[in-house]
Amino acid sequence: MAKAAPQSLRKGIEVSISMAEAAMQANVDVVAAYPITPQTHIVEHLSELVADGRLDAEFVPVESEHSAMSACCGSSASGARTYTATSSQGLALMHEILYIASALRLPIVMAVANRALSGPISIWNDHGDIMAERDTGWIQVFVENGQEAYDMTFHAFRVAEDHGVLLPYMINFDGFILSHVIEPIVYWSQELVDQYIGLYEPMLRLDTKNPITMGPVGIPDIYLETRKAHDFVLRESKATIVKAWDEMEKLVGRRYRPIETYKTDGARILLLTMGGVSETAMTAVDALREAGLPVGLVRIRLWRPFPFEELYEAVKDCEVLGVVDRCLSTGGPGGPVASEIKGALYHKDKRPKVVEFIAGIGGRDVRVEDFQDMAKKTLSVADGAPLPPFELVGVRE
Amino acid sequence: MSESRLPGWKDLTLGLAILEPMSARNNLTGSWRSERPVWDHTKCIKCGVCQMYCPEACISQDADGYFQADMDYCKGCGICSRECWTQCITMQQEEV
Amino acid sequence: MIEPFNVYAARLLPSQELFAQGHRACQGCGPALALRYLLKALGPETIVANATGCMEIISSSWPETAWGVPWIHVAFENAAAVASGVEAGSKALRRKGRIPDKKPTVVAIAGDGGTFDIGLQALSGALERGHDFIYLCYDNEAYMNTGIQRSSGTPFGAATTTSPAGSKSFGQKTWKKDLAAIGVAHHIPYVATASIAYPFDFVEKVKKAAAVEGPALIHVFAPCPTGWRTPSNLTVRLARLAVQTGMFPLYEVENGKYHMSVDLPFLKPLDDYLKPQGRYRHLTKDVIAVLKKGIDQRYNEILEKCEANHE
Repeated sequence: MAKAAPQSLRKGIEVSISMAEAAMQANVDVVAAYPITPQTHIVEHLSELVADGRLDAEFVPVESEHSAMSACCGSSASGARTYTATSSQGLALMHEILYIASALRLPIVMAVANRALSGPISIWNDHGDIMAERDTGWIQVFVENGQEAYDMTFHAFRVAEDHGVLLPYMINFDGFILSHVIEPIVYWSQELVDQYIGLYEPMLRLDTKNPITMGPVGIPDIYLETRKAHDFVLRESKATIVKAWDEMEKLVGRRYRPIETYKTDGARILLLTMGGVSETAMTAVDALREAGLPVGLVRIRLWRPFPFEELYEAVKDCEVLGVVDRCLSTGGPGGPVASEIKGALYHKDKRPKVVEFIAGIGGRDVRVEDFQDMAKKTLSVADGAPLPPFELVGVRE
Repeated sequence: MSESRLPGWKDLTLGLAILEPMSARNNLTGSWRSERPVWDHTKCIKCGVCQMYCPEACISQDADGYFQADMDYCKGCGICSRECWTQCITMQQEEV
Repeated sequence: MIEPFNVYAARLLPSQELFAQGHRACQGCGPALALRYLLKALGPETIVANATGCMEIISSSWPETAWGVPWIHVAFENAAAVASGVEAGSKALRRKGRIPDKKPTVVAIAGDGGTFDIGLQALSGALERGHDFIYLCYDNEAYMNTGIQRSSGTPFGAATTTSPAGSKSFGQKTWKKDLAAIGVAHHIPYVATASIAYPFDFVEKVKKAAAVEGPALIHVFAPCPTGWRTPSNLTVRLARLAVQTGMFPLYEVENGKYHMSVDLPFLKPLDDYLKPQGRYRHLTKDVIAVLKKGIDQRYNEILEKCEANHE
């Protein structure tokens, strides 16, 4: 196919609305969703698009998130392109079914507006919800801005439905601070979308012409092998994920990598972030660099499969890494991201020390000055200060 | 199933789907049986009630219209014998 | 007494078997018989979403399946939601011309625990949304798969492993939840009770359920010799006695109108039904009297609804 001219249209639009419209452009067949703040604008807009005839899909207004993910499993197993969105308690209610969706190899795409978990109940942003779903066997990506949230919706369908992958895909975007903001977003033309993702061709589906049994009992003779096969395909999906980003770059000119670096050249210390706070962190790094401090930033975009090699490449030359978690592992080692980073580096001969910060919990603001402060504390460890225990940034005594 | 015939993780179907419908027929449940149904053709009226109520779907009709259980699958539950209108089916102890 | 059908009518049941021999159900399993009839009634153009439970476990132990139709199991409490998704997906793909425009019958299957208890919310949601599907609850009156624990489908007085009889307990203290009434309360086009002892009635009801537009709920009574502590050969006989004693009346509700399926000139003595069952062995005359009163009252309520319909 000849490369289409990259027709584009820049719109000032709410990020959630753009994600719903990306799902429309992806021509999804079924949306099964239950409302939860701050995911609501996505599903409200999708139901409008269906009501207005702009999207030819079945909108299934289920009675819970548990049923949302269950209906998505049924829909995807029937061969339909399937989309949903949720957040926080809703994601937690789906928990059981998330594992099954991935084990059944159903390429469901789900947007997760990251939000704190109860209790106390909080509708505000952190990563407590998604960290509880770390091991569900889904592809998990964190986006930093509206453009990325929109672009990643196409990437999700492209990768999830690839016959070498066939895994569900979660797009994590920060609740409110990303979901409810209006940003300038460059829309893809429908031709580009069609060229990039095409139609979903299931490898197996519930079809009366070929009656298969999906989801049988995994006796001890086979359960272990299914887990190994699942782990293998999720790890191997990284190649497809990166290839699909490469192709997106060719089509629309935006470049996405599993790990992104910012001003790391000559940096003695690096901060490490994930999600929407990264842009604030960049502003902090800019200011510190201007002040002459050797500080840089690493951002994780691809959380599952975990990009071990890319991460090591990005951090191996710094002296100390300041990991900024958005979730507290209560009674555990501190932050779940820091735990994974330390695990990933443990066997390396050359590795940075890791200082742990837990910031922006339950919607607590993380300001540029906070990142500057975290960077300076990290730098002090590089200068010989003892390694501090993990810090809950901004907590009042 | 013997260890050697079990597939490795690379050989599994997508999502562990079972592609062969009704393959449970490979599982010969007749070995569970301690009693077997025996039909007395002198009493049988060929009504088919035994076939109808068999939870194993293992009773079939022969060329002469009489019914018989497939001993590969019959678990010996005795429902056919109990439900038979003419009481033409007796359950007989399996001998080892 | 058997159904008022011609003796030779046994052969009139559709002959195709789509629930295979070699399934791992216990000897004399009532629910396995229900599935056999279900698929005879529906034929191969059927897609099943099965809840976790006995029938899921005994039919799908890798690497073998008893199923001759496409089948999916996701979890315990969500058969109705999975079926909703299958129905929606199939509908969208047919409308968009992605698959041939031939509508399969979508069936959700769950036991009494997966329906009355943990699956009730998903069932209510699916009925309310109006998906075109059949929900089949096979009722063996306890959580048999996990070892005979009580459910809200367990009848008054029955002993289970979590409603045991003891010096201070006569077994289950609560009354069986009225599943059909819950279905009727959703104003769906078709609700029916059925029994494995009455296969023609059951098959006809499944066919009706498949023919209506929108949701249909069938509650089929299916004894469990293992859980009820009864000889395996009594399965059908007990199912029949449950109907004849008024324990489990057979009726259907079409667009809200009740109709009794098996008219009984009189109710057989309840003892005929209770005596052969280990789960009722501990019952005293006093408790049986309470049970009898409750059963009669419920039976008469159904009769009244059916008669109101004929007035």
